[in-house]
Amino acid sequence: MTRRSLAAVALMLASPLSGCGRAEPRAMVFVAASLAAPFEELERAFEQAGGADTLEVHAAGTPSLLLQLRAGAPVDLFVPADLAHMDQAIEAVGASAAPLPIARGHLSLAVRAGNPKRVEGLADLIRPDLVPLLCGPEVPAGRYARTLLAQLNLPARSASDEPSVQGVVSKLRLGEADVGLVYHTDVLAHPDLEEIPLPSAQQVPVLYLAARLDSGQAPGPAGAFLKFLRSTEAQAILRSHGFEEVAP
Amino acid sequence: MKPRIRTPWVVLPAAAAGLLLLLVPLAALVARVPWARVHAALLEPALRETIALSLTSSVLAALLAALLGIPLATWLAGGRGLHRRAVRSLVTLPMVLPPVVGGFALLLAFGREGLVTAPIGLQLPFTFLAVVLAQTFVALPFLVLAAEAGLRAVETRHLEAAASLGAGPWRVWTRVRLPLAKSSLGAGLLLAWARALGEFGATITFAGNLQGRTRTLPLAVFSALESDPEAALVLSVTLMGLALAVLFALRGRWFSVASSDPEAPR
Repeated sequence: MTRRSLAAVALMLASPLSGCGRAEPRAMVFVAASLAAPFEELERAFEQAGGADTLEVHAAGTPSLLLQLRAGAPVDLFVPADLAHMDQAIEAVGASAAPLPIARGHLSLAVRAGNPKRVEGLADLIRPDLVPLLCGPEVPAGRYARTLLAQLNLPARSASDEPSVQGVVSKLRLGEADVGLVYHTDVLAHPDLEEIPLPSAQQVPVLYLAARLDSGQAPGPAGAFLKFLRSTEAQAILRSHGFEEVAP
Repeated sequence: MKPRIRTPWVVLPAAAAGLLLLLVPLAALVARVPWARVHAALLEPALRETIALSLTSSVLAALLAALLGIPLATWLAGGRGLHRRAVRSLVTLPMVLPPVVGGFALLLAFGREGLVTAPIGLQLPFTFLAVVLAQTFVALPFLVLAAEAGLRAVETRHLEAAASLGAGPWRVWTRVRLPLAKSSLGAGLLLAWARALGEFGATITFAGNLQGRTRTLPLAVFSALESDPEAALVLSVTLMGLALAVLFALRGRWFSVASSDPEAPR
């Protein structure tokens, strides 16, 4: 190798390292996949309000986030889709303060737009001519769905224990499934899906809590972001994405 | 006397590093297995159902891959033209694609609204057949490549000799070429089976994940990974044990590389 090409290679290898040696580490925020869209907007709003380049937001399925957290990811703020995963996270790495609610949601019985199979309600999940889909019980959406069905004495029938809500949504949109239980916000996000309205008695509360975990290395920005999430501006953003507010 | 060919010592450190890279993670897995749970787990009907499903589907997939792949490999081995090179690239494509993408493609082609199956009203997703198809899709390239290499290695003089004695193409293929390529075909079959057994992405996307119908061992590991890591360890070591048992049972016999000399000891 010539000296020049050797120098070029060295430069290429060194460039990613230029990010190291920052004065302040960024706060690592883990959010449930269902919050990915609003959190993109929330991150931008927070940065414009003065928190520029202080956050690193990762959205993924809640069980996957918990796995990474347990494996040692230095998470500052954790926003899972249910309480069970929050409890497990706190048990694993500890939290200095109690989790705070930042949004609420609910489940929807989703079908393709136009309701081609004439689905009328949750009882139709057991219709033999339909392909129903639920998430697996280890996924928050799957747990909420099964709790809901159990409360109504309906069997949790599904052609597959889907590993993510996005999987259910995709298969509904592709026409490979006819009916599924997903989040209301998922239906809002996709115009080719519509929801079958459910009576309020047929609902389970979906609660999104945020907690500052002891595994984090940037408590300052994390605390500031958490405060921002509970502000009127952030709540308005969440509402625009279809989530419900929480009491301040 | 022929001089003994010795391995140059410089390769040993890298070779050792390669071996460690493969073995250390597996050893770490084995070290964390809760052995007390394994015995009880193996008696659970759900696990035995999953093992039976995995074994049946992977064997069927390997056989289907052979049924389709050996003819394809024979055609590919028939010449060196541009069209054969193009087909060979296409056959290798599923190896390069992430399996989930393969599963997605299968869904678009053979799903309920699939290009092929929608007009004939066939429902393949969420069935056992879909599991076999997904596994065949990912395993076929391995079998075709191994088989083609083996078929090409059969010296033409043997094929010419058979033809000159009056054997038609079918007899030459079945009585001379395939038997001489036996060890490569066997290796390809074993490779296809192993790939099918470990298949995950295409299966979960195309066939789904339902206990007793489409949940193979890899899918069961994934389902347990996040909610019950101990169960995931038990399932993983079961999968490893199965694979090792079969590989050991077939030790050496099917694994030899393509040999063009029919008189050479195998």
